[in-house]
Amino acid sequence: MVISLGRTLVALGIVGLLLLFEPSRAIAADGPVSAPPTASVEQALTQVASEDESIRQAAIRLLIEQGDAGLLPRLEAIRANASRSIRQAIKPLMDLLKNRAKLASPDSDVRRSAATDLGSSGNPSAIAWLDAAKVNESNKWVRYTIEESAALLRLASGDPSLKVAAAEKLGELRSGNAVPALKALVEAGAVAEATEQQKVLAKTADAAIDRIETWGDWANAIETIFRGISLSSILLIMSLGLAIVFGLMGVINMAHGELMMVGAYATFVTQQCFTAWFPPDVFDWYFPVALPVAFLAAAGSGFLLETTVIRFLYGRPLETMLATWGVSLVLMQAARVYFGDLTAVVAPGPLRGGAQVLVGVYLPYNRIFIIALSIVCVLGIYFALFKSNLGLRVRAVTQNRNMSACLGIPTRKVDSYTFAFGSGLAGIAGWALTMVGNVDPGLGQNYIVDAFMVVVTGGVGKLAGTIVASLGIGGLNKLIEPGLGAVYGKVLILVMVILFLQWRPSGLFAMKGRDAD
Amino acid sequence: MATNTPNEVNPVEPGGTAESEAGPSRRELLVKGGKVVAGIGVAALLGNLGNWALSYAADKEPIKIGILHSLSGTMAISEVSLRDTVMMAVEEINAKGGVMGRMIKPVIVDPASNWDLFAEKAKQLLLQDKVSVTFGCWTSVSRKSVLPVFEKNNGLLFYPVQYEGEECSRNVFYTGAAPNQQAVPAVDYLMSKEGGGFTKFYLLGTDYVYPRTTNKILRAMLLAKKVPADKIMEEYTPFHHQDYQTICGKLKKFAAGGGAAVISTINGDSNVPFYKEFANQGLRAEDAPIMAFSVAEDELRGMDTSALVGHLAAWNYYQSVDTPQNKQFVANFKAYCKKNNLPDGDKRVTDDPIEAAYFGVYIWKQAVEKAASADVDKVRKAVYGSKFLAPGGEIMMDAANHHTYRPVLIGEILADGQFKVVSRSPGLVKPEPWSEFTNPEKGCDWVGHQGTYQK
Repeated sequence: MVISLGRTLVALGIVGLLLLFEPSRAIAADGPVSAPPTASVEQALTQVASEDESIRQAAIRLLIEQGDAGLLPRLEAIRANASRSIRQAIKPLMDLLKNRAKLASPDSDVRRSAATDLGSSGNPSAIAWLDAAKVNESNKWVRYTIEESAALLRLASGDPSLKVAAAEKLGELRSGNAVPALKALVEAGAVAEATEQQKVLAKTADAAIDRIETWGDWANAIETIFRGISLSSILLIMSLGLAIVFGLMGVINMAHGELMMVGAYATFVTQQCFTAWFPPDVFDWYFPVALPVAFLAAAGSGFLLETTVIRFLYGRPLETMLATWGVSLVLMQAARVYFGDLTAVVAPGPLRGGAQVLVGVYLPYNRIFIIALSIVCVLGIYFALFKSNLGLRVRAVTQNRNMSACLGIPTRKVDSYTFAFGSGLAGIAGWALTMVGNVDPGLGQNYIVDAFMVVVTGGVGKLAGTIVASLGIGGLNKLIEPGLGAVYGKVLILVMVILFLQWRPSGLFAMKGRDAD
Repeated sequence: MATNTPNEVNPVEPGGTAESEAGPSRRELLVKGGKVVAGIGVAALLGNLGNWALSYAADKEPIKIGILHSLSGTMAISEVSLRDTVMMAVEEINAKGGVMGRMIKPVIVDPASNWDLFAEKAKQLLLQDKVSVTFGCWTSVSRKSVLPVFEKNNGLLFYPVQYEGEECSRNVFYTGAAPNQQAVPAVDYLMSKEGGGFTKFYLLGTDYVYPRTTNKILRAMLLAKKVPADKIMEEYTPFHHQDYQTICGKLKKFAAGGGAAVISTINGDSNVPFYKEFANQGLRAEDAPIMAFSVAEDELRGMDTSALVGHLAAWNYYQSVDTPQNKQFVANFKAYCKKNNLPDGDKRVTDDPIEAAYFGVYIWKQAVEKAASADVDKVRKAVYGSKFLAPGGEIMMDAANHHTYRPVLIGEILADGQFKVVSRSPGLVKPEPWSEFTNPEKGCDWVGHQGTYQK
């Protein structure tokens, strides 16, 4: 359990970080006060649709300086009747005014994307707006974006001293967005006829790029580690049920993936019930409610599968495999016929988007959630197997069936319950996977091979093996993928697993002594 | 556990067993056989009756057509809609008296998303059922698999899906887009001022023939348009790929500084995880719009669209196209699905392949009437240059290259899973199966030349 403890600590650390940087959402900013348009603005509004290029440009400049979001409906009206070239000329003006108004929005995401857009607009008059907005900004990341955008605009301005300061600032901010512009400056300074100013600027820009890229490597490393952990947690959560059914009971259940699918569809059905019968403001609660629903639906299906098919095939792995494969096909086609393809699970609000913890490091909420869930599941299974009465019986039956039966343990019942429990875990996996993927009849097929790979690599019958194997496979996959691409990454992982199993046929943690069969 | 020795297992002598079992099994066989024969007889009688009734009603022998779409397996989600569309068109035509007074009788087979089965079923349609024309296939690999069957037996296939080009078969009419009617104009649009003037392109696809060929053409085109090679990234993922963390990370880095667009040929169920991850990593459609070639209304209705709003797609038709005949078509399709109790009933939507499948049936009908025969060779000649007022506007079959003149529409994804058209080609775009960027020397012509020729 040392490993899972380590994982817990890592996860706690991440959650702690998140709490630290959780954006404060309390912003009290009034919308832009739209003053009645002055005479010059009125005039510019008529001139903006002028066919004469110079008059139009002057009008647009004036509107940028003096206009506000109150003019937007009128500009929209002008744009609706204008020719193509005028429409194209007015569009940036409207975007600027819109984004300026958005800088005062109560929603930090809106403020942030407005600041980004202003930064890429290339219009120097936005610098003043950004500087003004910065003063009142309380959210760390919005302030960061505002500073970055202002610096980007200054970098594109004409004043050399401003440019040098901006390049320094961007280096300090470690802004990845600035790299192309800075590189252009370095190139401009490298040519023979470059002026002294350009050379100074190039030097500053070069230093800034250095800082940015060094940080980029770190951010990349952090993100790669997170991705590895995230993929591992997904592998783990879908292998846990299999580790019990296949690992402990020795049943090769090819329909295990379809039990995940049952869990996912149970989540979908719960969501549909919420949209149909409950008010929209409690909609997000469908997700926690779907957890027991998914568990019970999958456990029920598993129980049914065990009593009708698998119990007659214990000790005959080949027949079990074929029969359960047949069941999986039936379930898949049934889902296709019954649900069609109008099945999407909408992520509940709190699990959408991601948290920015550092510059350039985003941790999506849904992934953090799955990491936490996998830890909870491992702990739950640990307690169920090693601390509960049922767990004791399960272990007894898997270790020596005849002896357990002699001691009065109802082995039939224990088999049923264990299988149902493993199936229920598959249901939970299906529930969680709706957050990253889609709900469709092929859902189980996408994951089942990986799940078997993890369980076999970890060593059949060992829970700790499953945990270590999922960490290893997930981590390695994410380590290889950036270099080799997804296709070859996957191929390489399979090759490595095959070689590993050649070396240790019984997996990472081999069963010692007398085992289940 | 098994402790019995082999000779203990079966104590009965071999001869005795055979005699004692022979009686009942023979009797059973007779009873069973009788039942089967009777069943076949009744079925044949009913079949004949039905046939006779049909031909009596139409006063003439019906024309058989084949429908070759997967109704089970992975591709069923997309292809079932096309079967429904073709069936609807057939029903419409039959309700108006059929083709030349003859009813159309569809023969539906299910190749079950299995590429080998596609060829087998195609053979069955052509040799056993002797259909006059077949409407079918979705994936390029299924089309490639039936191609030799149609060519050898001189069949006729209407293929309704946009594809990678580089094909010119005498026995196929392609009613979907060629690359120059979808991929190339889409990238042109992104590079234009109106489209945002993008300068960096991330070509991302599922690893199979369509994305690879499309991206080959796009890369050649971008290089020809002076986009430096280091501003083009190309990446593939396996089918059913679910984990887009690394790719979105790379994309984020690539898009830093602006001016980047993603060209997505990701297929099927990988789209949802991709768009979700894209949004969750803090990327926006404004930073790097995703231009998709495989995401249409029919796919969107099964997705949570919140992560997709603002991204783009390129097609030749959208359900939102504002023409009177399209309003009628959409309403008819919904009514048809509802009436026939198809899954999701009147919540069904139309999209580009559905439209292409639909007008394909009518193009064939027109050609049969023009040729006054359902004979493949005569129909083929009659198809050349024919026009039809399709739901999305008038389309025209090319005079020689078996492809279709269609308009190109760039659409923006809306929250309700529909598209807002943001750009429309001035007229119909001439189809070019061989791209001018990768194969400038090749052309396709079945009138002046024998198919693919060197210019």
